[in-house]
Amino acid sequence: MTALSLTQSLLFSGLTVLAISLVAKRAKMILRTIKLGRSEQVEGPKIKRWKNVLLLALGQQKMFRKPGVALLHLIVYAGFIIINIEIVEIILDGIVGQHRLFAPVLGSLYPLLINAFEALAVLVLLACVVFIIRRNIKSITRLQSNDLNGWPKKDATIILGAEIILMSLFLVMNASDTLLQERNHLGYNQHPTGNFWISSLLHPFLNNWSNQGLVVVERVSWWLHIAGIYAFLNYLPYSKHLHIILAFPNAYFSKLEPAGKMENMPAIQQEVIYAMQPELAPTDTTTNPARFGARDVVDLSWKNLLDAYSCTECGRCSSVCPANQTGKLLSPRKIMMDTRDRLEEIGKTLGKNGAWQEDGHSLLHDYISVEEINACTTCNACVQECPVSINPLDIILQLRRNLVMEESNTPAEWATLFGNVENNFAPWKFNPEDRENWIHPA
Amino acid sequence: MNIPTLASCIAAGKSPSILFWVGCAGSFDQRAQSISKAFALILQRVGIDFAILGKEECCTGDPARRAGNEFLFQMMAYQNIQTLNGYGVKKIVTTCPHCFNTLKNEYPELGGNYEVIHHTVLLQQLLDEGKIRIKEGGVFKGKRIVYHDSCYLGRANGIYEAPRKVLEMLDSELVEMKRCRSNGLCCGAGGAQMFKEEEKGNTRINKARTDEALETAVSIVAAACPFCNTMLTDGIKGAEKEESVKVLDIAEIIEKGMITE
Repeated sequence: MTALSLTQSLLFSGLTVLAISLVAKRAKMILRTIKLGRSEQVEGPKIKRWKNVLLLALGQQKMFRKPGVALLHLIVYAGFIIINIEIVEIILDGIVGQHRLFAPVLGSLYPLLINAFEALAVLVLLACVVFIIRRNIKSITRLQSNDLNGWPKKDATIILGAEIILMSLFLVMNASDTLLQERNHLGYNQHPTGNFWISSLLHPFLNNWSNQGLVVVERVSWWLHIAGIYAFLNYLPYSKHLHIILAFPNAYFSKLEPAGKMENMPAIQQEVIYAMQPELAPTDTTTNPARFGARDVVDLSWKNLLDAYSCTECGRCSSVCPANQTGKLLSPRKIMMDTRDRLEEIGKTLGKNGAWQEDGHSLLHDYISVEEINACTTCNACVQECPVSINPLDIILQLRRNLVMEESNTPAEWATLFGNVENNFAPWKFNPEDRENWIHPA
Repeated sequence: MNIPTLASCIAAGKSPSILFWVGCAGSFDQRAQSISKAFALILQRVGIDFAILGKEECCTGDPARRAGNEFLFQMMAYQNIQTLNGYGVKKIVTTCPHCFNTLKNEYPELGGNYEVIHHTVLLQQLLDEGKIRIKEGGVFKGKRIVYHDSCYLGRANGIYEAPRKVLEMLDSELVEMKRCRSNGLCCGAGGAQMFKEEEKGNTRINKARTDEALETAVSIVAAACPFCNTMLTDGIKGAEKEESVKVLDIAEIIEKGMITE
């Protein structure tokens, strides 16, 4: 007899197809919204990009700027990925209606593997408990910030809770299974695995249960475990947890040039050349002027939009931001969250109408205020700190360009600065003739 | 002091090996002028053949670009590149990390290709080559010095070691702030903030950074940027510590600490 009846097998296959098609639909939507961004050339050697994927995404190099949390994070990440190898067996079991399909194939290696998975499961579970505690004590300001009010806070708790539940189900499933094997119960006795170190510690709680009761416990844990994983998979692309996937492309596409270099605007460069050398200017002037800087997410580059979806709202950027740390309104994390929220808003109309139309909203003003972007010192601390290579500064600077060049909206002192640079070739109102006075003071 | 302009050099048929890009702060700001002087003095003592652009030098456009005015930046870049290319400039040294970043990283794609180095890197080279030698028992003997990382040297261009290597040559004690190198806190001047009032907050950025510097109980805060220098000097005045703590540029420190024979 097999562990799964035909009905269970069919139900399971149906659930698998549903889970995968739903997540594929969502992935397609995200890809579509990212593609709304302006094109941006990816420059620099591929070998350096792959190195970034290995070091920053897989190796989590920047996380280790805070070693304690990094270790816990690595446990959850590695543990979760490795334990999910077990999913392959569970899915195959579910589809072909077998129980522990790999046990006879792997022989004595099998219990060793499951023992290792169980040890990791306990570590993941404990790490998640520590994370929940950390999130709810007052001492870590970046986790208490107003940026996270509402959904973001709930999102984080849901993820941690889900991981704890999934890990517990895995252990309960193994405990009830091995107890049924011990009792030589039909359907559980064809591939005896022996007890596992950690789940067998749960046996005292299950010893009094009847075989039928244990089968129910085992089946329910099995179903909830796999359904839970499918649910998690579908929750992922709606949550900040998407970073576990997007960290990889984001590391690959991250900027390789010196962080201090600002993106050039060839259209304006050209215009200045034409102004200076009119003989070069084209006679045909019917081309539509490009947008200056960014007013909305569609004016940003696709890399900025990928950044927004890769953000896990950890707040390391804001915790090192000089403006944020001195009480200014600017928070680089909020810049990324706003960009994502605006993208989601656009994604909804895309879903309804098939195409995006102006909806009267924009990232600048409706989501991000002038006061926020004017507080930035362009110090690159946020860029340096981000574990998944997000660049909030790039967005801030594009918004500033739009404010100045399309709205002429700039602080009075900066207007003076512009005037001085234009007329006196220096940011202060000094006579350009006095430029050498430092050598021979008057 | 006599410093030739590139125009006069070319007219005399000479081509100096390096151009000293003084920058607007170095030219006009009273405090930064003494940094320019100290650095020029070092170059002269070492016998480096250099010139300045003088009246032909314009703002690189850095603050305009970072405040959002790309037109103005492109205009300044166009003018400067015309001048530099016209003279066939190959190598530039500058005491300002903002000018350094713009000249080195942002001018090449606009047609301005030069070897650009920051003065702290040149000073390290000159010390390594033995062209600058430090006095024993000089004015900095036994003094505690802390180096403040400029964002545009450090995170923006990965230069963390050169300024420290230079300071380590002195017989003084080099200490670090809690936040240093890639973790260093900005002085508050970058991104054109130097030229406007800070946005509303609960404290000033330069005060926060000055407090970190004062925690190290030093008598000298070493800077490598004229804007950091201004911000930290203001911070120290605000803390009423200007009698016991001085902010000095690395060029000023080396100028005072080197053997001059």
